[in-house]
Amino acid sequence: MSLVETSIQTSETPLGRDDLARMVARDIAPGSFVNLGIGQPTLVSNYLKPEQNITLHTENGMLGMGPVATGDQIDGDLINAGKIPVTELPGASYFHHADSFAIMRGGHLDICVLGAFQVSATGDLANWHTGAPDAIPAVGGAMDLATGAKDVFVMMTLLTREGASKIVEACTYPLTGVGCVTRVYTDKAVFLTGPDGVRVRETFGCTLEDLQKLVPVPLTAAPAVEH
Amino acid sequence: MLSFVDSVQEAVAGVKDGSTVMIGGFGNAGQPFELIDALLECGATDLTVVNNNAGQGDQGLALLIKEGRVRKMICSFPRQSDSWHFDAKYKAGQIELELVPQGNLAERIRAAGAGIGGFFTPTGYGTMLAEGKETRIIDGRGQVFETPIHADVALIKALKADGVGNLVYRKTARNFGPIMAAAAKHTIVQVSEIVPTGALDPENIVTPGIYVTSIVRIDSSGAAAAGADLKGQVA
Repeated sequence: MSLVETSIQTSETPLGRDDLARMVARDIAPGSFVNLGIGQPTLVSNYLKPEQNITLHTENGMLGMGPVATGDQIDGDLINAGKIPVTELPGASYFHHADSFAIMRGGHLDICVLGAFQVSATGDLANWHTGAPDAIPAVGGAMDLATGAKDVFVMMTLLTREGASKIVEACTYPLTGVGCVTRVYTDKAVFLTGPDGVRVRETFGCTLEDLQKLVPVPLTAAPAVEH
Repeated sequence: MLSFVDSVQEAVAGVKDGSTVMIGGFGNAGQPFELIDALLECGATDLTVVNNNAGQGDQGLALLIKEGRVRKMICSFPRQSDSWHFDAKYKAGQIELELVPQGNLAERIRAAGAGIGGFFTPTGYGTMLAEGKETRIIDGRGQVFETPIHADVALIKALKADGVGNLVYRKTARNFGPIMAAAAKHTIVQVSEIVPTGALDPENIVTPGIYVTSIVRIDSSGAAAAGADLKGQVA
């Protein structure tokens, strides 16, 4: 217990995907307008509480998106960005694609949560293309989201399957956006990225010293109480 | 001049080889399947197609690509689990791809309909999708110059049309419909229902009829249905 109190380590073990999603959901300020990217970020919607009064945006033209549709609720005309049938909540609105992306680009979304291949020390994001010669590139709305939202949160595992850090000095994969990521939630730590370099808000199942051995950029502690 | 036509074949009969064709839809929502089938049937080829995706499964745009009728795709997200026809053509070097971030795609289409000659946008700045494009720093942010995308023809799907071509859509099937309607010289719309002029609330019209060229009604079974009762009042 003393370890937890005197350091920024807040968990004895790494966080699983659902624990991480719960943490992201908790960190979203009440009343926010939020876009959740395809994949791991969609888990966050499972942990948003009604009293947070969060409005979800989907790029294909809707605010006020509800949970995934089941049974008789399924309607082919009501889908999310991942083409999964969803539901509408009271107060929902529909708009065309140019308006939907004006909502992003115009800075009206408070937060978007995205997956990533890599995030650089200065918040560059790479999440759309491996750059492999035989890969078919597909970008969708990733660049628009990365550029447009006031805060860009990334959710990912810290390490690749091969054990390499996905937080890097400079991205080696093609960029999605430059200097756009403000926070990175991983299984081992929460990182704050920006012009001042990478700060660590809290660690899970490791100390800052352990973490520094895994991540090839200088890390400094930034306890949550300061933020 | 607005016309109501009795068949999807008649609706797409004027599409010429080499045309740029915008096709509405995001995934299957709002995709005008019956009009795309008619385009396949009419034989028009060497097409440039503008759509968010590059076809799913074995229907619609995917079949147009499979049959070799699409020379170039302009889209944001061609790679999907069931985009095998596009994947095969792309890997064989038989289709050209212009990949555009989705918001830039939408805004380029909107710009065409609005008579805008181009615009600077932060989306894509500093990425490989901005390579070769003019850039500026505006209000401290790097921005990329993007040009409008015009089309000869747009094929879109709406829920209802009235006698003067005003359109309303349904839920997220709206997506690219309104902006494509404005960006094309000829906008061909399939609707589920044609209602008398005056039956749609003017406050709730999404696409004004000025953008619409041809309308065909598709009944719930997918068959084109005659809108003969309306022809008189439109002529």
